Amino acid sequence: MDMNEIKEIFFQECEEQLAELESGLLKLNDGDRDPETVNAVFRAVHSIKGGAGAFGLDDLVSFAHVFETTLDCVRSNKLEPNQDVLKVMLKSADVLADLTNAARDGGGVDEARSKQLIRELEALANGEMPAASEAPAAKPAPAPQAAAPAPAAPAVNDEGFQPIPFSFDDFGGEEKPVEPYAPTCEILFHPKRELYAKGNEAALLLRDLSRIGEMSIRCDMDSLPLLQDMNPEEAYFSWKISITTEKGEDGVRSVFEFAEWDCDLEVRTVEEDHEPEAGDDELPMQPVPFDLSILDDADTDVPAEADEAPAPVKQTAVAESNVVPIAASPRAEAPKSEARVAPAAQQAAAAASPAASAASAAAAAPTIRVDLDRVDRLINLVGELVINQAMLSQSVIENDNNGVSSINMGLEELQQLTREIQDSVMAIRAQPVKPVFQRMSRIVREIADVTGKSVRLITEGENTEVDKTVIDKLAEPLTHMIRNAVDHGLEAPEKREALGKNPEGTVRLTAKHRSGRIVIELADDGGGINREKVRQKAIDNDLIAADANLSDEEIDNLIFHAGFSTADKISDISGRGVGMDVVKRSIQALGGRITISSKPGQGSVFTMSLPLTLAVLDGMVVTVAGQTLVVPLTAIVETLQPEASAIHSFGASQRLISIRNSFCPLVDVGRILNFRATQANPVDGVALLVESEGGGQRALMVDAIQGQRQVVIKSLEANYTHVPGIAAATILGDGRVALILDVDAVVAASRGQSLKQEISLAATG
Amino acid sequence: MKKKVLTVDDSRTIRNMLLVTLNNAGFETIQAEDGVEGLEVLEEANPDVIVTDINMPRLDGFGFIEGVRRNEKYRAIPILVLTTESDAEKKNRARQAGATGWIVKPFDPTKLIDAIERVTA
Repeated sequence: MDMNEIKEIFFQECEEQLAELESGLLKLNDGDRDPETVNAVFRAVHSIKGGAGAFGLDDLVSFAHVFETTLDCVRSNKLEPNQDVLKVMLKSADVLADLTNAARDGGGVDEARSKQLIRELEALANGEMPAASEAPAAKPAPAPQAAAPAPAAPAVNDEGFQPIPFSFDDFGGEEKPVEPYAPTCEILFHPKRELYAKGNEAALLLRDLSRIGEMSIRCDMDSLPLLQDMNPEEAYFSWKISITTEKGEDGVRSVFEFAEWDCDLEVRTVEEDHEPEAGDDELPMQPVPFDLSILDDADTDVPAEADEAPAPVKQTAVAESNVVPIAASPRAEAPKSEARVAPAAQQAAAAASPAASAASAAAAAPTIRVDLDRVDRLINLVGELVINQAMLSQSVIENDNNGVSSINMGLEELQQLTREIQDSVMAIRAQPVKPVFQRMSRIVREIADVTGKSVRLITEGENTEVDKTVIDKLAEPLTHMIRNAVDHGLEAPEKREALGKNPEGTVRLTAKHRSGRIVIELADDGGGINREKVRQKAIDNDLIAADANLSDEEIDNLIFHAGFSTADKISDISGRGVGMDVVKRSIQALGGRITISSKPGQGSVFTMSLPLTLAVLDGMVVTVAGQTLVVPLTAIVETLQPEASAIHSFGASQRLISIRNSFCPLVDVGRILNFRATQANPVDGVALLVESEGGGQRALMVDAIQGQRQVVIKSLEANYTHVPGIAAATILGDGRVALILDVDAVVAASRGQSLKQEISLAATG
Repeated sequence: MKKKVLTVDDSRTIRNMLLVTLNNAGFETIQAEDGVEGLEVLEEANPDVIVTDINMPRLDGFGFIEGVRRNEKYRAIPILVLTTESDAEKKNRARQAGATGWIVKPFDPTKLIDAIERVTA
């Protein structure tokens, strides 16, 4: 594994953490005050920050840092996560997602927006309410200090603890203006028992010290009691060290970085040419050979040694009686770069964490991550298996005359098993729609902001599962529909209030399974479709005749027509020339349907019904000019046997079929696909009434219907090349390849652009 | 004999970084995802040194360190805490909980190995 792979993992993890973050914030928004919810939100940001730091993603780190600081205030109950606060936080989560994406895919982010949010977050951490403005954006973390109201200026605590900003890089020492000579330091080092209890080891510290310069050591064993009085956990020894090191006093202190609270330590620099000071006269320094090899013994058991605290050094230490330990004096200089969080905050956080366990334990179900390619390969293989099993069954039936043989029984079981395997494999690709739904809440926030409307998004059935491909392709049409719902559907707050409605509009997004398909509903409680306006618009755009007699439902469905927009002016959000026709087309491309029902004054409901997977398809197997074709069942509205009286000629070669008093163009599939040179007689065939792009209906002429079945979709592009009019291929039970008809393309071709041209273009290109 | 390091961190990214860094430096690495798992695997892992994160679900770093220090066999094992520069208070708490030393994030392989070497023989 290399850094790039880890980075990939990091971004995957970011996505999960961002989802966690958003769902946590939304829970808080709904009034959830479970400390673990707050903790999870905090951890999500913290985790992103940690990983981003490791990869040097500075923008991400600094934003996450400010966000984290503010969340910490919530965690420590210094900041009440009310709606206003959460609004800022949800927006911050959006920016964090943007920054993550920018870090992964390159590209910029809205810097003004992130700076604005940094200011807002800092203001929150400072105990101001949202909307404060002019805090400087540049400095990353002044927040916690100011937020901690009083707890006695965090100077030196009772253990003499002073955090020291320390960097291992300083070991090089280049930046430090070191004197040309290496100063000599005298060190008094008296460990306390806590030093050993925390896993530090005097001998190791002395070893590290020996690595930065020439030194001599004396051990003071004065306080060592008689054996019978000795407490093996107590620290009895102290050391006096003289070291000559170019790292100087700071270098010495940094060796004791981990231990300095748990020992008495005095370090002072002795000028090189100076005589030893008065007090030292009576303690002449004797260089002692300090044998470090004992530390290199691989079998040395550190914990065991620590139990008998001072042991390791005593073999080499020389007794010295007059050394008096001197208490370390707390140093005055306070570190500049450290932002402190009030102790109270930490206490509260600690109190919160045990409660956390239960909730998070319940949530975790064991999962594994699998490369999508592997799953797809498996799905393909199972597809082959299903086909193979069908072929086998067929040939056994053909060759076996006594139908009750054990082979037949076995085959039936095999068929059952392959079905189950297929279902189970499909289930692997199934994912909850949750990620898409979560993305929608961001969309709602953004539009609510732009339009000045107040919107509440309620999602239901987030855990409803559907094929991952469907999920991936669902986001775009859904985004568009949500924008429409807020922009066009919901009324402005004042108007809602005037109408006696809650000024806050509601958009409800629901997913559920219904008869082998997933049904997604998007409902708003806005004004509903303004039928007068839609009708007028349709007349203006020549979509319908001025005197057309349309049912309410028909009028509602006009919005799915290409280029249709009822907004008085094309707004920034739902404008851009993209209309509901595009939504409808993308849903249809997924093998789905979309319908609308609307009640004036009460809102509209869009219902999308989608297949659970794109790997298999319910199709109608038909015969056209001796070829077997599959027509997706979702496209077919009805099938009918045309009567001669219903067929009408129109122009040179066009024919229409009259169905219940309306005329519908008749399309000979065999002719369109160039299976035959002349049109077949409609009376000999079957007409499939299909609904295609743009909502128009066509009657597709085929020779005969063989039946309906579920087929496994095989890509033509991957195995051959794109063929106009054909969406994909499949293998039937008898082993023959059948082409799956691209209904939209066939209908489009029948409108004039001949497939023949496309075919010749494809051939030359 | 390879030195054994037990790492406890809930972030997959950091776990992988620790794993790669430690393995490259010749350590044997055992990993846990949070404090609870850390304590569960402690006996079996029998590490020479522990590196732990602070913010974790179920049982955080403080609780984990306290748990290790309560274990008769491992109460004196060196424990390094992964912490951020700004967490002076947290460093102090970790220390009070019984941490041996700390590694300041952002994660840096050199810092990690240096710190481990400082606290192990």
